[in-house]
Amino acid sequence: MSKSKDRTMGDTPVRSILMAGVGGQGILRASDILCEVMMRAGLDVKKSEVHGMAQRGGCVTSHVRYGTSVHSPIAKKGEVGILLAFEKMEALRYLDYLRAEGIAIVNDTEIYPPAVNLGDARYPDDILTLLPLPPSSVKMVRALEMGVRAGNPRTENTVMLGVLSRYLPLEASGWNEVLKTSFPAKLVDANLKAFHLGRAA
Amino acid sequence: MKNRTLMSGNEAIARGAYECGVRFASGYPGTPSTEIMESFARYDGVYAEWCPNEKVGLECAIGAALAGTKAMAVMKHVGVNVAADPLFTVSYTGTNGALVIVTADDPSLHSSQNEQDNRNYAKFAKIPMLEPADSAEAYAFIKIAFALSAQFDTPVFLRTTTRVSHSKSIVEIADPVPVEDTTQIRFNAPKYVMVPAMARLRRIEVEKRMQALKAFAETFPENRVEINRTGIGVITAGIPYHYAKDVFPDYSYLKLGMVHPLPERAIRDFAARVDRLVVIEELDPFLEEQIRAMGIPVTGKDAFPYTNEFDPGVVERALRTDSVEDSPYVSPVVPPRPPNLCPGCPHRGLFYVLGKLKVFAAGDIGCYTLSFMKPLEGLHACICMGASIGMAHGMSKALGKKGEGKVVGVIGDSTFIHSGITSLLNAAYNRSDCVFIICDNRTTAMTGMQEHPATGFTLQGQPAKALDFERLAEALGIDQVRVIDPYDIRQTRAVIREELARSGPSLVISRRSCVLFRRVAGPPQKPLRVDPGKCIGCRTCLGLGCPPISWLKFSDQAPDQIVRNTKKQEGNAVIDPQLCNGCTVCQQLCKAGAIVAGEE
Repeated sequence: MSKSKDRTMGDTPVRSILMAGVGGQGILRASDILCEVMMRAGLDVKKSEVHGMAQRGGCVTSHVRYGTSVHSPIAKKGEVGILLAFEKMEALRYLDYLRAEGIAIVNDTEIYPPAVNLGDARYPDDILTLLPLPPSSVKMVRALEMGVRAGNPRTENTVMLGVLSRYLPLEASGWNEVLKTSFPAKLVDANLKAFHLGRAA
Repeated sequence: MKNRTLMSGNEAIARGAYECGVRFASGYPGTPSTEIMESFARYDGVYAEWCPNEKVGLECAIGAALAGTKAMAVMKHVGVNVAADPLFTVSYTGTNGALVIVTADDPSLHSSQNEQDNRNYAKFAKIPMLEPADSAEAYAFIKIAFALSAQFDTPVFLRTTTRVSHSKSIVEIADPVPVEDTTQIRFNAPKYVMVPAMARLRRIEVEKRMQALKAFAETFPENRVEINRTGIGVITAGIPYHYAKDVFPDYSYLKLGMVHPLPERAIRDFAARVDRLVVIEELDPFLEEQIRAMGIPVTGKDAFPYTNEFDPGVVERALRTDSVEDSPYVSPVVPPRPPNLCPGCPHRGLFYVLGKLKVFAAGDIGCYTLSFMKPLEGLHACICMGASIGMAHGMSKALGKKGEGKVVGVIGDSTFIHSGITSLLNAAYNRSDCVFIICDNRTTAMTGMQEHPATGFTLQGQPAKALDFERLAEALGIDQVRVIDPYDIRQTRAVIREELARSGPSLVISRRSCVLFRRVAGPPQKPLRVDPGKCIGCRTCLGLGCPPISWLKFSDQAPDQIVRNTKKQEGNAVIDPQLCNGCTVCQQLCKAGAIVAGEE
């Protein structure tokens, strides 16, 4: 098959982002938006996630890989440049996907799995001390709080995209354009606001 | 640029089919195939339907193809087991139009009960099979599949795996070709009446066709050779191609677009150009065994796993002789996060009761299968769609007196329609002593709210006859039919107890819409809360395993916050108002009356 060739940028090596969180947090929508922005910026992009069973409150991951020409839609362990964790504990679960100089963007929110609810297991106390990354490689985000400030707590995922956007070589205008077409009209304003709150954080 | 679009493999299959003139599709939902039918059904001028099961789906597509149109039957891998009966014989007849069967396999069992490799069906049923590696190929290959079907008068398989169906990549789409009406009634008994005398003749045609397809495969452009360094030559197909290209871009490749039949000459030529030949394939050594049988030295499963899907890391570790660079970071052990029934799920009350009654519940495929887990533990077997009723019946016959009042068969509404009706008929006919329960949540919930013959709507949104379970049961010979609301724990417990005590088969319909199915369920109720002034810390509510309810130990609370209502109390329950939708099942169980409505 013809591979989509780079049109607007130089030769970009393939990079990987791993989004991780819990079913219902809007991760699939967020990775769709990210891929759309990348495609419009002239990059080749692939993403992969698993639907079905996982939606029922289980962990959800979405791999996004981009560059001049991408083969695998999933990253291998030790290769991911940015781990975007929508839930704190999920940052720990997928830590082994990060490469040495990778960074973790972590939403400061806790969603308890069944074993913790039942009191059979403990939710890890202090994520920051468990994250063996240099402090400069960890970005904590209070995405829910910012989503509320943007006018809708459900924009938590868009806040996370805003934070992520700071670490990617993509123009803000490209993001705005895609965000405007990704939501029903009445939700566009809150999502744009959420994105820019995240981008400024 | 305008026509470059991000598509999942499933969306790309639907788009490709639409563009090449397919106007008929039938199937049954099943992860990871579901979105093919859903996307296809939205195109202008197409006809698409959900059928009760995959066998019916394939039979409808066969009929449409006999009428001369291009027809597509869509199913997940285990669906082909259900459709296998017509499959093996339509291979003999061919069609007057074109027929493609899409099978979506699920290596790693992300959402399935097994990880069977459906490439074996291609060989077994003597049907050619194409296998795309990404969305762009899915889009192109479905068109090729229809062209091959017409050219060789054969059904054609298109096989995806979860990573192809559910990954998104860029596809350059085009305008649909104008569709000409090729349908008419054609009488041709020797070709379509498969009695032994005529089937024997068609059997010979099948072998001729496979020979012709083998010759075709030799020059098929999607069986693609990429010569780079010639130390290692890789033969692969589907998504493993991309994993391998990621980590070993310098190897040489024979990338097969068609995995059955194989191009023997092309494989020999490729093998002759490289020092060592390796097959990279998930699941069975399907290519490897056939290549070895050609007398060509080849390796594969000596280094690669038989189980689970691959990723670039798996491929790298299997073939790299020097050390593989891993992440410098190790994931700490954290509590698992398995999928769970949703807050307010109507299955929860029913399976709580079944767990407490200590009956053996033969289960089935659906969200409710999750209730095998702690703390509900209300389901004790799951084999396949429709199996529960027959299994419960057989079990109670074998147990005799020991099983009286202790065996139930539980099945979903869509699953019952799929393949539970005949087993309920069997239970009536053979005088079963079981209680059968239909968890009727008014939709096909697990795969994302698909319509079925009891919902009152078709795939394309047309109003439809809605199957009446009560009248159907009566017609099958089940005299005892009870309807319960699983949000009403007292009623649920009482009715199931009564029916367990009765001899002869009975059917309980546990009827309450899936809480996510807004069309029937309506908006959520106001959340409940725990009044710490009343909670005695008995943990009964935690036995429901409902996501909003958690246990707060006194040892984790500030001393001035602790409200102790009994001497031995060690904590109290709390309900997360963001998650609770007020189904009241926990409230009904709370003996202390501590679960209350309204704000604090």
